[in-house]
Amino acid sequence: MTWLSSHWSDVFSLARDHVYLAGLPLVIGLLLALPLGWAANRSRTAYPVIITTTGLLYTIPSLAMFVLLPGILGLQILDPRNVVVAMTIYTVALLARTVADGLSSVPAEVLQAATGMGLRGTRRFVTVELPLAVPVISAGLRVAAMSNVSIVSVASLIGVSQLGDLLTDGFNRVIQGELVTGIVACMVLALVFDTVIVVGTRLLTPWRSTQVAPA
Amino acid sequence: MTSLVWAWLTRAASWQGEGGIPHRLLQHVEYTLVVVLIAALLAIPVGLFVGHTGRGRWLVSSANIARAVPTLGLLFAVTLWVGPHIRGNLAFVVPSVIVLVLLAMPPILSGTYAGIEAVDPEARDAAAGVGMTGGEVLRQVEIPNALPLMLSGLRSAVLQVLATATISASVGMGGLGRFLIDGQQQGDYGQAAGGALLVALLALVIDALLAGLQRLVVSPGLTDRASRRSRRGNDSPAGGKVHAANPVDAATTV
Repeated sequence: MTWLSSHWSDVFSLARDHVYLAGLPLVIGLLLALPLGWAANRSRTAYPVIITTTGLLYTIPSLAMFVLLPGILGLQILDPRNVVVAMTIYTVALLARTVADGLSSVPAEVLQAATGMGLRGTRRFVTVELPLAVPVISAGLRVAAMSNVSIVSVASLIGVSQLGDLLTDGFNRVIQGELVTGIVACMVLALVFDTVIVVGTRLLTPWRSTQVAPA
Repeated sequence: MTSLVWAWLTRAASWQGEGGIPHRLLQHVEYTLVVVLIAALLAIPVGLFVGHTGRGRWLVSSANIARAVPTLGLLFAVTLWVGPHIRGNLAFVVPSVIVLVLLAMPPILSGTYAGIEAVDPEARDAAAGVGMTGGEVLRQVEIPNALPLMLSGLRSAVLQVLATATISASVGMGGLGRFLIDGQQQGDYGQAAGGALLVALLALVIDALLAGLQRLVVSPGLTDRASRRSRRGNDSPAGGKVHAANPVDAATTV
């Protein structure tokens, strides 16, 4: 506690970096996963291709990804953009499948009713299919958020600064207060992300009176 | 980048002795196997118990909440607090193994539990109806039906351990992670990226092997391989049961 009381502003600014490095990829990843999941759900040939490719990307360990990306993207190893790209890849890998599963969970009768009411194509997708898939997509997003917050802290090993710096520095200089602060801060951040997603889901699905299932 | 990696991979010294690629690769595989074995021995019985009896569900949900703890922080904390109590070289290995086992358990536990939980109650009732005892129902009906999800959990655990074992090099563990950490510290990008490439390849190969294993041991009655033959054209684009949405994907790779 004494450590934290004298380092509030450092923790706050590292937390801001952490939010950026873990949060921005969630948004970009979701936006990329929507069309991929849509395509995977629609076409029997696209499904295995998209799911296998994203599955393979998800398999690559994060430290390896952080080390390999600068070489592939032609960026400096300390460039935070490497981390944003890596986290976006993991988010898309996780969400493409979730979006496809969410869309396939929409009952056929509902789609038929929507078609019967004259809704077609993009309009039916945006006004009927996507809203009904929100609960499933949101569950996937919560998993991605939690995993992103944890993985981003690993980036401290390659020198990209965020809350993980408290972990590496606390460990290297044996400052227990700093290490514990780092762990707790990461958990708090994961909880904040989770709460935002849960509240957002409730706002998007007002017809569901029941609570969103816990992860 | 390619030339640096190639130079490192083709250097004779990279392949020799304690710090050589073959030795590090074997070490990495060995850590992963030992850790997943320990974790499976601990987590599968618990998952079977919770799934079969429906008691102790809080164990599964608390294991899932524990995932919010940052892996790197857990690794550092356990090394700092447990390490000094252990003598010699083991001081580096034991804390990492503890953390790796802790991380491998939640996916195995929730995969096992979810697999048993998802067994069709009618199949369970039928088994009891033909006179099977609780143990027989578990062994002959529930476990075979739960295998796809149990193995998915095991697969997630293996990937999680493989990835975290790489990070454990930062607290002195051996394995392929050494190349990434040492290469990074020595400013030798060829070594770091070469090591990263090997880790990624190892993960892909092991995952492919486990996927193959999954196909081999799961009863054909549970996969779309059988249903495709018997009910042509009836399978959804989302694939058969084995590939359908499963809660085990909740695992975090690190």
